[in-house]
Amino acid sequence: MVEKRPALSAAAYAILALGVAIVALPVYVTFVASTQTLDQILEVPMSLVPGTELLANYTAALTSGSERAASAPVGRMMVVSLVVALTVSFGKIVISLLSAFAIVYFRFPLRMFFFWMIFVTLMLPVEVRILPTYEVIADLHLLNTYAGLTVPLIASATATFLFRQFFMTIPDELAEAARIDGASPMRFFWDVVVPLSRTNMAALFVILFIYGWNQYLWPLLITTEESMYTVVIGIRRMIAGGDAATEWNIVMATAMLAMLPPALVVLLMQRWFVKGLVETEK
Amino acid sequence: MAEVVLRHVSKSFGKTQVIYDMDLVVADGEFVVIVGPSGCGKSTVLRMIAGLEPVTGGVIEIGGRVVNDVEPKDRNIAMVFQNYALYPHMSVRENMAYGLRIRGMPKAEIAEHVARAAKILELEGLLDRKPRELSGGQRQRVAMGRAIVRDPAAFLFDEPLSNLDAKLRVQMRLEIQKLSRELGTTSLYVTHDQVEAMTLAHRMVVMNAGRVEQIGAPLDVYLRPASAFVAAFIGVPPMNLLAGRVGEGAFTLGNGLVVRLPAGAPRPPFGAEAILGVRPEHLAPVGEAEAALTLTVETIERLGADTLAHGTFDGNPMVVRLPAEATLQPGTRLALGLVPDEIHWFDPQTQKRLDLPGG
Ligand SMILES: Nc1ncnc2c1ncn2[C@@H]1O[C@H](COP(=O)(O)OP(=O)(O)OP(=O)(O)O)[C@@H](O)[C@H]1O
Ligand SMILES: [Mg+2]
Repeated sequence: MVEKRPALSAAAYAILALGVAIVALPVYVTFVASTQTLDQILEVPMSLVPGTELLANYTAALTSGSERAASAPVGRMMVVSLVVALTVSFGKIVISLLSAFAIVYFRFPLRMFFFWMIFVTLMLPVEVRILPTYEVIADLHLLNTYAGLTVPLIASATATFLFRQFFMTIPDELAEAARIDGASPMRFFWDVVVPLSRTNMAALFVILFIYGWNQYLWPLLITTEESMYTVVIGIRRMIAGGDAATEWNIVMATAMLAMLPPALVVLLMQRWFVKGLVETEK
Repeated sequence: MAEVVLRHVSKSFGKTQVIYDMDLVVADGEFVVIVGPSGCGKSTVLRMIAGLEPVTGGVIEIGGRVVNDVEPKDRNIAMVFQNYALYPHMSVRENMAYGLRIRGMPKAEIAEHVARAAKILELEGLLDRKPRELSGGQRQRVAMGRAIVRDPAAFLFDEPLSNLDAKLRVQMRLEIQKLSRELGTTSLYVTHDQVEAMTLAHRMVVMNAGRVEQIGAPLDVYLRPASAFVAAFIGVPPMNLLAGRVGEGAFTLGNGLVVRLPAGAPRPPFGAEAILGVRPEHLAPVGEAEAALTLTVETIERLGADTLAHGTFDGNPMVVRLPAEATLQPGTRLALGLVPDEIHWFDPQTQKRLDLPGG
């Protein structure tokens, strides 16, 4: 802040504190609930002091899931979610790097047409084209498979567009120098373009990992077998039976577990993430 | 090392033609500078020789081989770009080694080449730095190092010094001169800075709007400009050009003012339209009686070594180069004499030089 006035600072801190509370309180309540027995949770009002069942609840969730809702173990769901999130992020990054490279560095017939085609898919995320996509996946017998879970999510153009914008800031002379040095286009891609895109890739990875991890509608639609549930779907299935049948302590433990990987990715990639968003290495 | 030959080379981008019928022979080991105003097509010529742009017409030969359809990497040339175009994520060493690595040269041999180039360019202490950790002059040297390690048949430089400050430019200019003398590699050097052109070139090519105006040794071009454009472009400050009609012992300008022509000076036939050219250093103050023209001084630039007096004569801007200690101020009337041998004539239609006998 430029001005240093106590009243202003106090107000700013108050607003910040309020913001933190709005975000943190529900997380805290979830955490507390995940350490209590089901009976404790159902007491009114619910105690806001952590209980003693932390280990028991989390072990139960990870190894056997919610017994009453007959769900799969959350451990399994975490693996599914992880595979989906990683496949979606890496798949998107690889495909968009390549397609952006083609669009920026090659002159081929209908280049702009293809660019706009890709661009238009920005307006068609999975949710919009969900019925036809479901039809296609079903006809290809890809329901309840990793391919079915990930491929439709990979096929969109957000990242292509971002990489295109970045590639256009790389001076043409770099490509020309590489041509004179004898680098083939793919060699230039590997030796120059990919290393220069590292920070952008890292930033994008964070965003896409969270995007993949938090997918709800699509996995809900195409997974019918417990073994292919993602965590997000798992939570949803656990509370399907109505209040009485729901083991809230297990559900809350699962929710905490579901929050963990995205948070970890953000924490671990923070440095790269910020770098990728604010600076370009040229 | 090799000869670079352009025969009737032309280039169009879509419908706009930017190079017209260019002929040029760069001899083996020769340092040729292409100079011209911005947008005249200098870079385009260089890029066609490098193979980065296809030619629209004509033939380009390097080392006796027609290279029109040869990929840049197989033309055995090295190019130095204005913005250096160093790979930002590679160290100086990797930048220089990259081309050799791609060509599959053994590691030990690459190290040897890089070490030698680094020594020549005094880059030894910087080999492990990234380009962003270098100053502009050092980056420029790395860019040249990248060209040298390859031992190419020809160097192509595209305004390599124009991103440097004035002092560094002078220093790098001398280094390039020294370097080219040591290596003796055929070089084509593009610049719009005529001082670079004058000092570096064995021969220079003056271009204007996609056409070659003149090819020749720098001094020849300076002393005998082939066209009014060259006369105005080469030389700081430029040659004074006055358009008018030749009369009896005099030259009458458009608005009626007269330049008296000294006896024995070559001149076009009586009554002919012509452009008279005279360099600022060839106008000397004389007594009123022998004066060719009288100029009223408007602005004065004291450069230390000499003094430039600017004025307007019959609506034409004129500059005179005077000794440093010349006493004058705005408003001073300078009676100026012409030296018979230092008068240039140009055809007003074709703008070409008119070679005339004395008379
Ligand atoms: N890729 C292109 N497409 C269309 N026109 C081009 C292209 N490249 C250059 N030109 C045109 O060709 C002409 C010559 O350009 P060129 O870059 O060779 O000029 P230059 O002499 O190098 O100028 P400068 O001193 O500013 O670098 C210019 O009029 C330019 O607009
Ligand atoms: Mg240029």
